[in-house]
Amino acid sequence: MSERQTHAPGCDADRPYPADDVSADPRFGRPLADPPLDPCVKLDVESLLEGLEHYRPRRRGWIWRTLVPEQRHYEFTYHETAEPLARSVPLPAAHYFEDIDPQPDCVITTEIASGRPEDDIRRMRMAAWHGADHIMVIRTAGQSHMDGLLEGTPEGVGGIAITRKQLRLSRRALDLIEDEVGRPINFHSYVSGVAGPEMAVLFAEEGVNGAHQDPQYNVLYRNINMYRSFVDAAVAKHVMAAAGILQIDGAHNANATAVKAWKVMPELLVQHAINCAYSEAVGMPADHIALSTVPPDAAPAPCMRMDLPYAIALRDLFGRYKMRAQQNTRYMESDGRDATVSHVMNLLISRLTSADIQSTITPDEGRNVPWHYNNVAAVDTAKQSLVGMDGLREMVKVDREAPELKGRVREIKERAVLFLEAMLEDGGYFAGVEKAYFVDSGEYPETNDDGIGRDSGGGVAAGSIVPRADDYLAPVCHHFGENHLELLAGFGAAVPGEEAVVADAAALDSDRASRGARPCDVIGSCTLCDDAKVPFIDELDPTDNAATRLTQTAELRERGLIKPEVEWAGDGVVVVTMFLPAAEAVAEAAALELGAAMNLADCEVIHKRVMHPAEGTLLELKGRLEVTIDPATLVIPEPPDVLSDEEIREFVHERELRCVAATVGNDEHSVGMREIIDIKHGGLEKWGFAVTYLGTSVPIEKVLDAAIEHAASVVLISTIITHAEVHREMMRKLADLAEEKGVRRKLLLISGGTQVTDEIARESGMDAGFGRRTKGLDVASFVVKTMRARGM
Amino acid sequence: MAREDTFREAREHLQGLSDAELEARFWELAQRCVDPLVELARTHTSPSIERSVLMRMGVDSPTATAIVAECETRGLLGHGAGHVVLVAMRAWDADAVSAARRLADGDGWDLIEAAWGDVR
Repeated sequence: MSERQTHAPGCDADRPYPADDVSADPRFGRPLADPPLDPCVKLDVESLLEGLEHYRPRRRGWIWRTLVPEQRHYEFTYHETAEPLARSVPLPAAHYFEDIDPQPDCVITTEIASGRPEDDIRRMRMAAWHGADHIMVIRTAGQSHMDGLLEGTPEGVGGIAITRKQLRLSRRALDLIEDEVGRPINFHSYVSGVAGPEMAVLFAEEGVNGAHQDPQYNVLYRNINMYRSFVDAAVAKHVMAAAGILQIDGAHNANATAVKAWKVMPELLVQHAINCAYSEAVGMPADHIALSTVPPDAAPAPCMRMDLPYAIALRDLFGRYKMRAQQNTRYMESDGRDATVSHVMNLLISRLTSADIQSTITPDEGRNVPWHYNNVAAVDTAKQSLVGMDGLREMVKVDREAPELKGRVREIKERAVLFLEAMLEDGGYFAGVEKAYFVDSGEYPETNDDGIGRDSGGGVAAGSIVPRADDYLAPVCHHFGENHLELLAGFGAAVPGEEAVVADAAALDSDRASRGARPCDVIGSCTLCDDAKVPFIDELDPTDNAATRLTQTAELRERGLIKPEVEWAGDGVVVVTMFLPAAEAVAEAAALELGAAMNLADCEVIHKRVMHPAEGTLLELKGRLEVTIDPATLVIPEPPDVLSDEEIREFVHERELRCVAATVGNDEHSVGMREIIDIKHGGLEKWGFAVTYLGTSVPIEKVLDAAIEHAASVVLISTIITHAEVHREMMRKLADLAEEKGVRRKLLLISGGTQVTDEIARESGMDAGFGRRTKGLDVASFVVKTMRARGM
Repeated sequence: MAREDTFREAREHLQGLSDAELEARFWELAQRCVDPLVELARTHTSPSIERSVLMRMGVDSPTATAIVAECETRGLLGHGAGHVVLVAMRAWDADAVSAARRLADGDGWDLIEAAWGDVR
């Protein structure tokens, strides 16, 4: 038998699987014609679960963002941004900049792990609106050890059961979501574990765009037999390549597992190299291979100085591949602030070096399965940091000649070379794994004898690979390895296995290829050539499925009831942040009691931080609140009704309206007030108000005296809300004093501040109160309308 | 075996290499590590690989699982589960999906065995 072919003739590299434009390819079905999403309406999860047997993905393969050089947004020019979104939620400060939402150049990943596909898709929509275009669905615990595929929509633990139905539901929702936000979204999961080749085919068939695939992950962290892992990986990778699926490796796990993460840098290079070289050898193009790379360290280590040389050594060696910059999880604790700062430092490394994909880790991953608003928080952190550091590397360059950096970059590479040399001398990769070369806490060649060692004859699915026989045949496309398709020439006449049918295998292969013959011709077509052949199984379990779970929350959706949630619809989970003036252990016990007093069930302290050993502790308490609110019973304040510029200007000019403004009390803030009055911020001056600004920390008496002196009709005071209710006193005092001096009816008294509400202000004798996000137009409209109504 | 950091002594032979030479050496060694792995994969198959072949033939996952399990039991996996289905297709003049379904139901294994003889 011929041994020269590594892949089937007439297909593979020379017959690329359709990647981008399926409309040109009749082999692929059309997606269901779902109506576009309405940004004001929730996803209709029940409808999306209907008819999935007919759903087909509308494209295959990975899509990068479209970069726009020198892009203008508002008054700014960006150097590292991509096309904007049609719809999005911009960063919190964007309202100062005409609500721009610049999108960085890197694809941004969010990891979704609700365990329920029906909840995953709602979370995907939220993340997409904040800028995620790579949705990575974490698998349920244990799926990597299942020798075969799951079907239906069973509930997962710490992730989801990846099934055909779950993939279709998610991809169908993502089609709608990507149309809503106006940018393609890459969908991603895992082609690892014992069923890798099946997962790869499933992903190719269902239009999954990216996947983790790294046999070393199976071997080291899942204790799956090493021979099985590598044999499977070759077929899986080959199918992934055919479907244009972007591959991400698993090397970051060494960093997340090692006792001392900063010691595994040489080994990380080795792991990346083995997966990259293996992937290319089995037919994956370099531009579809991404390294999953994490800055290994975190403060209080001097992490940037330790991690930057590593990031550079990696990019020197692996420049032809893509970089998926992951965030550090190794040193993540329950503190969301701490995690976010670490992640921002990781993002600085991405910006100083390079990243094609910027992954995000939710800031709560150190304490629970990610909650949906933390998916959004992590995506916002990445977007904010990347946009904030836009073009920074043009001004701040890494000094490659700095002695420590230069020396360390070289040293890491040399240590990696020494690792490879020794492993080869010891018998190669499998021998190296048996001798626990990997995930040792020593920086190679130092070893601490604490690496992960695996027996080549052991592990899950040991002994399950078999040699391909001389008549091994797989009549399908994109199959890796020996495949005696030449037998097909005589198929139908000869007995399989009989060598007599083979005339000249090489001539036959070339003949088949020239005729455009496919390995699957003998069966009509394979699923990769004819999408109509892809089968669909709905549910295998009559109770553990999405439809059954949805009946439990049906009332919430049907009646539009509101119930808090963090993970699943209707889970009722809320978090209460509290400072308790007690030592840590006492504070924790007290917090649980307080939670019970607040009617919270299943209370759990999910974070605590000592403020001082005796003075007190900050805690975050999680609990379940079994309360629903019917929005029909709510009184919702009408949004302020604003007047046109001309109308206001005319009124102000006729009356030559004057206004006195001040920040009162012991308060030095002036920014908010400036926003309301200054012409350059679209404040009151814009319509001709003559404004006298008295400054900060102004006594109430002085404010009123100035109003009388300037014959003002409007008095604006700005105040911060204080613990001692000083804000109410200030307002009350202004109203009383105006009354006393007999000018109350000639004046409009208005207070403002980030936490001021109209309600608080009116209770305290003001005519109105304005809080956060108030614009000059709101105040001007109020003044004109009220003065008209009162005949002032 | 625990070992002190012997980097200084161990690296002596690398000292003279330029950065480009060092990087070339890194990749040459990596390639040498994966060559035997690729060869192993090229010449072997596994239950998951064979199920992935059946999937590509349009067979659903429970059916593929049943057929591959039977192939393993009968020592036929090395010929390819797709090959087995192909033999049944020909014998019954059936398409891949219906032939696979019948095999999964336990039909036709005598004729499969006959095609290859006693391979165990």
